[in-house]
This record gives sequence, C-alpha cells and structure tokens, in this order.
Amino acid sequence: MKLTAELFMKDGKCMPLSFLPTGKKARVRELTSNGISRRRMLDLGLIWDTEVEALQKSPSGDPVAYLIRGAVIALRSEEASKIMVEAV
Amino acid sequence: MGLTNQSTGSSVLGHILHIERSSSDQKIIALAGNPNVGKSTVFNSLTGMRQHTGNWPGKTVSIAHGSFSHKGADFILVDIPGTYSLMANSAEEEVACDFICFGDPDAVIVVSDATCLERNLNLVMQTLEVTCNVVVCVNLIDEARRKKINIDLEKLSHRLGVPVAGTNARSGKGLDKLMDEVWTVTHEKTSCTPLRIQYHEAVESAVSLLEPALTSVLKNRLNARWVALKLLEGEKNLLESINSYLGYDLPAREEVSDSYQKAREILQHAGISSELFRDIIVSGIVRKAEEICRGVVTFEKPDYNKRDHRIDGILTSRIYGIPIMIVLLGVIFWITITGANYPSSLLADGLFWVEDQLTALFVSIEAPAWLHGLLVTGMYRTLAWVVSVMLPPMAIFFPLFTLLEDLGYLPRVAFNLDNFFKKACAHGKQALTMCMGFGCNAAGVVGCRIIDSPRERLIAIITNNFVPCNGRFPTLIAIITMFFAGMLAGPAQTIISTLILTGVIVLGVVMTLLISRILSKTVLKGLPSSFTLELPPYRKPQVGRIIVRSLLDRTLFVLGRAVAVAAPAGLIIWGMANIHVGGLSLLSHCAGFLDPFARLIGMDGYILMAFILGFPANEIVIPLIIMSYMATGSMMEFDSLSQLRELLVTNGWTWLTAMCVMLFSLMHWPCSTTCLTIKKETQSWKWTLISFLVPTVTGILVCFIVASFARLLGLA
Repeated sequence: MKLTAELFMKDGKCMPLSFLPTGKKARVRELTSNGISRRRMLDLGLIWDTEVEALQKSPSGDPVAYLIRGAVIALRSEEASKIMVEAV
Repeated sequence: MGLTNQSTGSSVLGHILHIERSSSDQKIIALAGNPNVGKSTVFNSLTGMRQHTGNWPGKTVSIAHGSFSHKGADFILVDIPGTYSLMANSAEEEVACDFICFGDPDAVIVVSDATCLERNLNLVMQTLEVTCNVVVCVNLIDEARRKKINIDLEKLSHRLGVPVAGTNARSGKGLDKLMDEVWTVTHEKTSCTPLRIQYHEAVESAVSLLEPALTSVLKNRLNARWVALKLLEGEKNLLESINSYLGYDLPAREEVSDSYQKAREILQHAGISSELFRDIIVSGIVRKAEEICRGVVTFEKPDYNKRDHRIDGILTSRIYGIPIMIVLLGVIFWITITGANYPSSLLADGLFWVEDQLTALFVSIEAPAWLHGLLVTGMYRTLAWVVSVMLPPMAIFFPLFTLLEDLGYLPRVAFNLDNFFKKACAHGKQALTMCMGFGCNAAGVVGCRIIDSPRERLIAIITNNFVPCNGRFPTLIAIITMFFAGMLAGPAQTIISTLILTGVIVLGVVMTLLISRILSKTVLKGLPSSFTLELPPYRKPQVGRIIVRSLLDRTLFVLGRAVAVAAPAGLIIWGMANIHVGGLSLLSHCAGFLDPFARLIGMDGYILMAFILGFPANEIVIPLIIMSYMATGSMMEFDSLSQLRELLVTNGWTWLTAMCVMLFSLMHWPCSTTCLTIKKETQSWKWTLISFLVPTVTGILVCFIVASFARLLGLA
C-alpha cells in the first residue's frame, strides 16, 4: 500500500485519500462515490480543491481522522478510498 | 432522560409538526444548527423550565419546544434536530428541513459554532434560501476568542444580509441581543435582502425561466427561487413534501409545466444530471461560505487547534489509545468503589437505626406482628438496602461519567473502537450508543436513533443490554466488594475490585461485538454502511452543571424508580416468606421449583427469583436476594455491609456463585423500561422478543459453561 502511495505522489497524479500518510496534506480532485455516501462527503465540504490533512490513525489503523475545513472527521477506509486527492 | 414527557400543544398535520399558538400574537421560532454547537444550551437558557419534549410525528426523532417572552412579546421556540444540511440525507435532516420549509415558523435562529464558522455557514445559507426571516447566532464566541479566532460580526451580518448575534450561551452572554434581533425580525417590517448565491450559468438560466411562473402560482406561500432549485434537483421526498404542503401537484400545474419542461431541457442540454446538479449546488454554497469568511474570520494563531490534535495523538494512538481507555475506565471504577464504601456503611447505619426506632414505635403502640413484618421488615428494609447499596456508587459514577461525556472523550472512544465494530459488521456509532448504555440501557436504545441504517440500528438495540447500566453497576460492585475483595485487606482490596469490575465491563464489550457479529452473519445479514464521525474540540466541562444534572436527572430519577419498585417487591417477598402452604413458605416453594435449573447455571433458586422479580428494575436484585435469605434463615439482624458476606456464605455461596451472579447480571433480559423502549423504537414485538432472548440465552449459556467447567475441574 505504501509503495502505491509513493508512486502516486511521485507522478503527481490523483490517489485515494486513504493512501495519504498522516501529517500530509492533499487537495480533493474527485469523488467516486454515489448516492447517500457522496452527499455525506459533500456535506462535509469535500468539493473540488478542498484541502484535507490526514491527522491521526486510530489504534487499529482504520478509521483515520482528517482535518476538513477546520473540523476533525473520522472516515473509514471504504469512504476515504472513494475520495481522489492530489498531494500538496 | 426526557423519555417520559409527551409533547402537548402539537398535533399532526400531514407529517409536519404543527405547533399551536396560545394567542395569535405568539411567534414561532425554529432553532436550527449543526450538532455540537451548544444549540441545546441556547434552548435551555432561553426557555428555562418551560419545555415539552415529544416525538416528531411518525418518525423516531425527538423534538422539544418551549416558550419565552421578550419585550412583552411571547415566543414559542422549537428545537429542531442538529444537522449539517437541509438536504434530507437522514431522518433528522428531513425533520429539520420539513419544519423550516413547511412548518411556517415566524423566524429561524441558526446557531453556529464560532470556532468553526465556515463549515456552519453551509446550514445558514441553505436556510437563507428558504426564508429571509433568519437570525444567525454565533455561539461559543468566548471559546473562539481563547483560540485567538476573531470574528467581525458586523461584517458577517452585512454580507449575509440578516442580523447576527454573538453569544456565549453557557454564561448567557449575548442572549439579550439575540432576542432583540428575533423580536425585530418578527415584529418590524424590515426589508432584508439576504444573500443570494449565484450558481453555474446553466442552472441560473433554468431557474430564471422557472421562477416567474412559480412566483405567480405560489403567491408567497413558499420562496419561488428555492422551490425552483428543488424542482430541478428532483429529490423525490422533498417534491412530495412540497406537493402535500401546497395540496396539489406543482410541476403538473398548467402555469408551471411548460416552463418546467423548458428549464429541464436547458439542464439536459448543458449535460447536467441530477447528481451533478446537486454537486453544483453544494459546491456553490461551500465556495460562497469560503468567500464570506475571507475577511470576516481571522486567525491570530493559525495552529489554534494544535493542542487538541496533540491530545488526540496520545488518546487515540496506536500504542496507548486502548490501554488509556481501559485505565480511564478503571480509574472511574476505583474512585467509585473507594468512595462508595464509607457513605454506604454510613447510610446503612443510619437507615437501620431508623428501622430500630420504627420497630420500637410499632411495639409501643402494640401493633400486630404481621403489620410490623409487612411494613418494616418487608417494605422498609428492602428500601433501606436499595438506598444504601445503590445511592453512593450512582452518585459518584454518574458525575464522573458525565464529566468524560462533557469533555468530548466519547467520540474518541468510538474512534478507537470503530475497527472492532466494523469487523462485527456493525455501525461505527454503535460505540457511542454502547457508552450511553452505561448510563441507562433505555437511554442507550433511544440513542440508537443516530444510526441511520435499520439493520445496524437493530443490532445496536439488541446488543445494548450487554453493557451494565447504572442499575446493575452497584450490583456488580456490591458482589465484588463482598466476595472477591473482602478476602484481602488494605489498599489491595480496592485495586482487586477495580480490576475485576473492569474485566467484567471489558467482557461486556467483547460480548457486544461477538453477538453483533453473529447477528450480522445470521438474522441481520449485511455489510457495514458508510459513516462519518466528527471528533469535536475538547471543551472545558462545566463541573457545577454536571453535578447538578447527573444528580438530579440521572441519580434521583433512577433511585426514584428503584424505590418505587423496591417497596412493592419488598412486600411481595415478605408475603411470600410468611405465607405457608403445606409446611413450607411460598418463597421456599418458588425457590425450590427454580432451584434445579438455577443450580445448573451456578446459582440457586432464590437468586434466580430475585432476578425475575427484578425485571422492573435491576437495582433491587441484590436487596431481594438478601431479603429472601433473611426471611428464611435464622439470622434476622443485619446492620452492616460487612456481615452480608457471612449471610451469603451460610446460604451456600462460593466464589463460583458470586461469579455466575455477576455474569448473569451482565447478561440477562433487559429491564421492563428498556423492553418497552425497544418496543417503541422498533415498532415490533418480534424484535422486542429477540432483544429479550438474545442476552438471556447468552447469559444462561455462559453461566452454564463456567459452572460446569469449574465443577468438572473441581474448583468449586
């Protein structure tokens, strides 16, 4: 998984938010979820170009707490993997 | 614990709550806001004790309303559920949206968090699209100042086009100004020009085509631009609400249908699907919020929340997260056990002194022996046991637990435990409802409303009983101190008690997870649904309010219920012990009947009967056991807790009996209040029965296995 994250970052391409290492920031490029899950993400303010910082992993590594528009939100990997981001 | 109050002045109008005005001058104010912004504090400070709580008609969402007056005018304040948006993604949002849009409030107060204003503006602006009678309450303004966040309220008001009041509801600061603004909005014909968000070109041209047609049809009953946006978005539930509010099918109206078709064509031509339409709207609002905050909110210290993040770094870290959680739980138990010992024996001494006086009184007036037995030995003594055994642990445990709640630690517990719940195919928020169960399982069951998915909600409801509520905590503590720790002396005693109690709770959590997983794989098959969990900033707890709230709301409520149940139960036990049939008392007959089965699961007939009679309230189980032993045994005088152990041992208790009683206390049927609550929440006898059976069968199995193994290995 780590290797993939580095690959993504080197190429400057989009990667799923779930790959973002803690302490790093990224910008939202695309939401690949649909329906209710997509609406939830939008309600959090996760629109194009929103900055997201991976703050803290939970003891078991999933979910991860993200700093989104001043609020700390925990997302399970299922949700985070459907948010495509570009590292900054 | 507002489970008992029913809403009064409200009636069902379609599926929208209709609030009765007591006079035509009375104004109805909706109180909206994101979760965790102190909305309920604002509500309580404005309405005081003049409140009613009830359920939203047809939905499991509770709603409170209260009244207040200001400048000689009367207002009804309706506390609608805390939500992030009005887009009806959950039952709460639907209710909030319905009331703001169709409940005809005279004004809406949107409470927002000063420390996180930009995000809160989302709801403010969605509300502004519906109505311009809005007052924005920027709460937690003191906390923002502490974090060096400055907010230019005047500029904000200017940009939003509606009045803004900065408040600190906890201290009451700014509430006068807030009420002034509400009064002005509802009593003066001011022309406000609320902010209007410009969306994507195609959206705007479609809306401008539809809006004039709607204006002429709607005649100010609803905001035409908002209705145009919602019609084009095409969300089915909302369209139905609009139609039922108006009483006709709006898009089908002659005056509307033509321009509606054209507007749709414009969108189609631009390639805007309904999903994309929603994206455009949400992005538009979020961008606008960003724009508004630029220059209004300034951060003197950009890393203002570093401290919180650092605390989270420790409290939820890979290595320390879970151990800290268990240690914290242990510390709370340790304080409870240590602190409860002394007042418990003091209370027992006092109450039994009163019993002696009562006896003396009965003797002096030469009352018949049966009357003394019934009232003093039966009723009063059971009451005395309930109070002395139950009150001290509750009075200590509740405030401590509420303190953790107030600090904001519970969401961190959910964060730490989420992966276990995910593996159990359950909802992440079940960790929160489980924590609520520590207070009261009935409250925990009601709390399960925060889980949207019906499958996961049922799992959370069925397994809630696996964490001991306040009624069962004292039972556990009493047995542990009497039986396991009693053998040791000095400080080791409380430490061992704490460890055992913590172990029992951890076992309860493990059983919750295990049973959730089994349910997910059998009767409630499915995958965990998506969820987001907010970790709100840590807040300085209000110690005074915590003590008052937990003592009044929780301790006295629970104690009152226990006392109400204990008195008749004491009567029954005494009666059963003293009515003889065929040479044996009724009590012995019943206990004898239950005995063979009870022995199988490591207990005896009297204990099992106490559990059965304890169905209305778990608090009385231990007092009932004591009463039945005392009623049948030769030893009649007990005046201290330390002598209880002897009583139990002479009645055949071993460590195994104590262990099985604890396990069965942890895992047996929910109390009657919880069962009724489950029925109310699930609307089904079937699921109530399952919620009754699952913990009961689990408890019987576990006790049977433990007892059999211990006997097989010759340990007991």
